[in-house]
Amino acid sequence: MNLPGTPYRLMVETRRTNPGWAGVVSSILGVVLALIVGGFVLKAAGAAPISTYQEIFKEGFGTPADWQAGVVALFTNTDCPKGLICFGPLSDTLVKASPILLTGLACIVAFRMRLWNIGADGQMFMGAWAATGVAVFLLPKSTNPVIMLGAMGLAGVLSGLIYGAIPGYLRARLNINEIITTLMLNYVAYNWLEYFVIVGPWSRGDFESTGNFPPSATWPRLTQFAKAIPIFSGLTAHPGILLGVAAAIILAWLLFRSRWGYEIRVIGNNPKAARYAGINVSRNIILVMALSGALAGLAGMNEVAALRVLNGRFARGFGFTGVIVAWLARLNPLAAILVAFLFGGLLVGTQLIQPQGISSMLQGVILFVVVGTEVMFRYRFRLERVAPAVSIAAEVAK
Amino acid sequence: MSDAPQAFEMRGIVKRFPGVLANDHVDFACRAGEVHALLGENGAGKSTLMNVLAGLYRPEAGDILVGGQPLTFHSPQDAIAHGIGMIHQHFMLVPSHTVAENMVLGLNRPRFFLDLARVEEQVKALGEQYAMQVDPRARIWDLSVGEQQRVEVLKMLFRGAKVLIMDEPTAVLTPQEVEALFHTLRDMTQRGHTIVFISHKLDEVVAIADRVTVLRRGKVTAAGVPARGATKAQLATLMVGREVLFQIHKKKMPPGAPVLTVSNLSAENDRGLPALRGVSLQVCAGEILGIAGVAGNGQSELAEVLTGLRRCTGGSATLGDTPLDGATRWQEVGQKLAHIPEDRSAVGSVGELSVADNLILKRFHKAPIASGWSIDSAAVHANALQLVDDYQIATPSVDTLVRMLSGGNLQKVILAREISGRPALMIAVHPTRGLDVGATETVHKLLVEQRDGGAAILLISEDLDELLALADRLAVIYEGRIIGDMPAEGADIHVIGLMMAGTKAES
Repeated sequence: MNLPGTPYRLMVETRRTNPGWAGVVSSILGVVLALIVGGFVLKAAGAAPISTYQEIFKEGFGTPADWQAGVVALFTNTDCPKGLICFGPLSDTLVKASPILLTGLACIVAFRMRLWNIGADGQMFMGAWAATGVAVFLLPKSTNPVIMLGAMGLAGVLSGLIYGAIPGYLRARLNINEIITTLMLNYVAYNWLEYFVIVGPWSRGDFESTGNFPPSATWPRLTQFAKAIPIFSGLTAHPGILLGVAAAIILAWLLFRSRWGYEIRVIGNNPKAARYAGINVSRNIILVMALSGALAGLAGMNEVAALRVLNGRFARGFGFTGVIVAWLARLNPLAAILVAFLFGGLLVGTQLIQPQGISSMLQGVILFVVVGTEVMFRYRFRLERVAPAVSIAAEVAK
Repeated sequence: MSDAPQAFEMRGIVKRFPGVLANDHVDFACRAGEVHALLGENGAGKSTLMNVLAGLYRPEAGDILVGGQPLTFHSPQDAIAHGIGMIHQHFMLVPSHTVAENMVLGLNRPRFFLDLARVEEQVKALGEQYAMQVDPRARIWDLSVGEQQRVEVLKMLFRGAKVLIMDEPTAVLTPQEVEALFHTLRDMTQRGHTIVFISHKLDEVVAIADRVTVLRRGKVTAAGVPARGATKAQLATLMVGREVLFQIHKKKMPPGAPVLTVSNLSAENDRGLPALRGVSLQVCAGEILGIAGVAGNGQSELAEVLTGLRRCTGGSATLGDTPLDGATRWQEVGQKLAHIPEDRSAVGSVGELSVADNLILKRFHKAPIASGWSIDSAAVHANALQLVDDYQIATPSVDTLVRMLSGGNLQKVILAREISGRPALMIAVHPTRGLDVGATETVHKLLVEQRDGGAAILLISEDLDELLALADRLAVIYEGRIIGDMPAEGADIHVIGLMMAGTKAES
């Protein structure tokens, strides 16, 4: 078919089969391409891309020398040598990774059923709000920490669950698009929280804050055990990441081994076949949105228990990062653990980098490329030299 | 005839899809003014070859020659510019537009001002010329399927097609409409048009074609043999590569107790218009009730209501003593009520799940597949191996995604799943549509086995030969009503055809 002397044309054909490696490749490609694009932006902003990335990596994860010193210190039961940061960055990264992992899982469970919940942010806010209510206003300060944190977790899960079930119900019963409702409910949640801590009943004087949580309502941190293990001194890591990993393992079992997970996969891939098999699709839409909201709500509780305070600066955007984590992990809960860790490192590493938006930009480009390459894998592209197309017969135009 | 000039020639066409060699150096040529049948099983590469000719696919190798000149088509527009047009099995018409509007759709001239009145005149003239009158101002959705097909033919003629490729054109027509179509086709060949007739229905091929080319697994097994004098058995052997039994052996047995009782059932279609207007029927154990009718007369809605996919607006249906209505727990009923749906891939299976996962679709909630809240993956695997073996499903492994399977094997997956639940009632909708001769044979055998085993079977099909061969009783559905009910043995195909078109037999 190659005719010499004729112009090249790009041929696009549909692939019948999707190669198995496509998922992993497009995820890795997404990250690499995002780094290249980000490099140009950094260059334009007057920075040296390579050294900036090295700096981000060091700030987010540390260096091999740091890790080595850390391991030695751990075994000799000494503190980190002066001038090194040892496990400091890794610990910070774990702290950042836990809410991202939970919102990522929230997105995964919904996306598996083709429910586009982009309201994990709002559900997380409601979880944070409810957990704060329990910690500061409901239970006495002297409550046993286990009971206190358990109650906060329960409150976070329940409020996120309800906040996720609302758009789920609207979608299942009235077929209202969940993309719009979940997106809009984010703003409701932002304002709800602002009302309580800035102008409303929970604000302490003019501080626009609930005031600090009692110690029983905050996550224990590694640094609290520095007396016994000196290397832990200054490390902020808390059990939130364990909560996330446990949730990921449970979710993986639920999706791939349980009866309910089978229903979710059938509905997600072919709702008509699900109805054909007698599966209650509406009920499952509500349940899955509720579970998605519950995971995001748990992320909110986790975050306030780490911050020890709820104020007007409670960060937005974890829910949206969750969307990216979900896609990059190819909707696999176990892969999400790794992806959330990398994203935590990215967030920590870019905290001090100028221009400030670098991490958001990289996240955006990654999502763009991952979703984009997924479409590309459905087609086969090749260049071919062919004769120019012939025009329509004149008689038709007459 | 034999010294007529060539309309087109395809030489050494190779078309590959990942893992499949759809066309393996295929030569195919048509003479001007002939009806040339392209015969082959599903997956033999007929549609692929014709999509290449019509400019939809580009071949990896090979040439297309029109008037002795080699050409490359980049799109259907290029093909039609050289007088080659294809009429697909699923019509490419915009239902809410008029006939004339559909004619100009996709043409890039006129560029700005559309003189529809003029197009209407041209369409009218063209219709008169070829004795295919249609009202150019009629909207497509007001037309019958036969009329829509006429519009498709006119559309191609309007665009100047000399060669018309028709992909299984008779699948949706009544016997009378098929007659009319054949008449039109002969008329067109008289005027020098060339028809490529894709089919796997041997009777039709013998009836209409001048010459036949047979494809098997991407290769030509018979090139342009004269259709006169060829027997069905010969053609079938060329197509399948072995001898095919057309006879179906059924045990003679009296029907048992009623299993499905439907009385005065009514329902609406997707557009909210009445689709069923008081259907009553009964299917007994050990009996196949065939429902004949032209597509779109309520068959799909009937099957959907009976299987819980659509709500009825009146009347009732019972399976044994279980009422089938809004309160039915379909997941529980599912095992007793087997359903071979009309659309295998969109309804009957989950493409992105494995063969094993698809085989548990109706029983994942019960032991032994389910154990507590979890699914026992060993049981899923064992179940799959057993069924793949019992039903001879050709699949690389039980973990293969079902969307990779051929139509026949996909249907076997569905049949294996539905039949292995030992159903009391089986509702089979177009169970052999689009299947090759070999797979059709298997499906027929399985259905008859079920009947002989005492199951009640409601068979909805648009293939009259199939209904006559399989069914014990026949009911004809027309505009949502059963307008005739008769024993299948000795039924007159002509009378059934008239009833399918809405004429009640005088009795």
